[in-house]
Amino acid sequence: MKLGSGNGNGLIKVRNLDKKYMRGSEEIHVLQGLNLDVDEGDFVAFMGPSGSGKTTLLNLLGGLDVPSAGSITVAGDEITRLSGSRLTAWRARHVGFIFQMYNLIPVLTAFRNVELPLLLTGLGKAERRKHVETVLGVVGLGDRQQHYPRQLSGGQQQRVAIARAIVADATFLLCDEPTGDLDRKSADEILNLIDLLVRDHGKTVLMVTHDPRAAERAQQVLHLEKGVLVEGAPSAVRA
Amino acid sequence: MKFLPLIFANLLRKKVRTVLTIGSFAVALFLFGLLATINVAFSQGIDVAGADRLMVINKVSIIQPLPLPYRDRILRIPGVKQVTFANWFGGVYIDEKNFFAQFAVDPETYRSMYPEFVIPDDQWKAFREDKAGAIAGKLTADKYHWKIGDRIPIKGTYLSGVFEFNLHGIYRGTRPQDDTTQFWFHWDYLNEKMPASYKNMIGWYTLRIENPDQAARVMKAIDETFANSPYETRAQTEKEMATSFAKQMGNIEFLILSIGAVVFFTLLLVTGNTMAIAVRERTAELAVLKTVGFPDWAVLMLVLAESVLVALLGGGLGIALAKALTLRGDPTNGLLPIFYLPPGQIATGVGVALLVGVIAGFLPAFSAMRLRVVEALRRV
Repeated sequence: MKLGSGNGNGLIKVRNLDKKYMRGSEEIHVLQGLNLDVDEGDFVAFMGPSGSGKTTLLNLLGGLDVPSAGSITVAGDEITRLSGSRLTAWRARHVGFIFQMYNLIPVLTAFRNVELPLLLTGLGKAERRKHVETVLGVVGLGDRQQHYPRQLSGGQQQRVAIARAIVADATFLLCDEPTGDLDRKSADEILNLIDLLVRDHGKTVLMVTHDPRAAERAQQVLHLEKGVLVEGAPSAVRA
Repeated sequence: MKFLPLIFANLLRKKVRTVLTIGSFAVALFLFGLLATINVAFSQGIDVAGADRLMVINKVSIIQPLPLPYRDRILRIPGVKQVTFANWFGGVYIDEKNFFAQFAVDPETYRSMYPEFVIPDDQWKAFREDKAGAIAGKLTADKYHWKIGDRIPIKGTYLSGVFEFNLHGIYRGTRPQDDTTQFWFHWDYLNEKMPASYKNMIGWYTLRIENPDQAARVMKAIDETFANSPYETRAQTEKEMATSFAKQMGNIEFLILSIGAVVFFTLLLVTGNTMAIAVRERTAELAVLKTVGFPDWAVLMLVLAESVLVALLGGGLGIALAKALTLRGDPTNGLLPIFYLPPGQIATGVGVALLVGVIAGFLPAFSAMRLRVVEALRRV
């Protein structure tokens, strides 16, 4: 099975991806022989019931976890062959993560939270400031730079998280339930922002969601069921 | 440098805990500074002892006298270059709590024997010319607000009556550890007041030898010269004398090391526990740092830097407080005339604090470094 837009400029290529782990003496097969192609500028949503392997897939694509078998190639780099430290460096360069619970550092201001990925680069202070101010402007929080997470609404915190994800110009963004903790209005604002990043900034986005309204925004919706990827509605399995 | 805001932000996240941990370091290092100062006070004589100076005392004990005529016989022993002598006085200035060492000295030879004590020529000249003259160390003069020209009454202890001295000079030390609490006056003045049976007796001789390598030979020669006499001698180097004096107080160094070791071990446990709690509370945040690309070593260094920073802030504060206390001088009214925390001990204290910070922070930092991002994020 090969899913994804696959229109020729394949940014992400997943082949025969397997992920198993042990729970006590029981072997859990989370992902089974998964294939996927995602092109640059795609916005792909993954849906599926809890335990279907959505977050595991995202973790594997982001280099946070290693597969039991198969390969993942991103922009020509087979990340499943990279060592731990090289994978970390690769992640810093290529991946922007957006989590359901925002995962901001509570003791840092919005500015400092967004600046974090840039601390790993060779950019000077002035350059870092310029980058951070730019992306905070993009997410509409130019006037909230010195606010701490506790002083921001959920939607604003998620915007800060998005700014952090894009500040180092990541190759693609991985969003794990980005609207899962937000009210409808804030969720729509976040989705509009993600739309904007795809449409106007050419970002590639892979999003895990339970929310059909969020999934509607994606160019393609893929369903995971018991570790197997299917396109469209859960029943529309293609061989 | 660019990680400093992150380190400081983490430190300030639980202010009370950080302040208490810094306080623990401060108290421990203050105690260390104080113990080191006391150790220096007891061993200062050893450190400042002249390599070419010998002391000759009565073989029975230092409180037994030696005859003055020994001076010329000692001078005739090959290798001896210069001899001076002194007596302990032990008088009371106004009140018994005002303790400082008072020596009746030979004005002709005492000054040149101790070049580490500096006194202007005119002051020394005035002292020599006045039998009731006296010289005071700067610390003592400052403590009692004495000025040159003041008349200093000192009540005798083993001699009855009040002795009036004219202060003609104030000496300073050339090194911070030099004892500037002493009070010198003419030996002749004391000798005049002594009962007939104690006249022309001195407390100890100090002599300079031509070559420190010959010290053993000279000491042996001196003791042999006066063997089987009513006043047998015990010659030793100034350093040996100071060491044996310090040992009379017990093994101060061992005591201080023992207390210090217990304090620092406790500090290690306290800080290690604090850092472990801090890391456990921050598991998800550390996972986020790793997610955005912080390498393992950077996570390790961030946690370690926090621990080290706490150690240095607390340690620095404690040592600074100890130093400030010592700058106010001897708080014991003369029992510890050299109340001084040397730079070497300050460096040792800061070094030990640093070491405790590194050791205490290492295990939590290592566990943060080994943190598996996927598992940690699952706990959010």
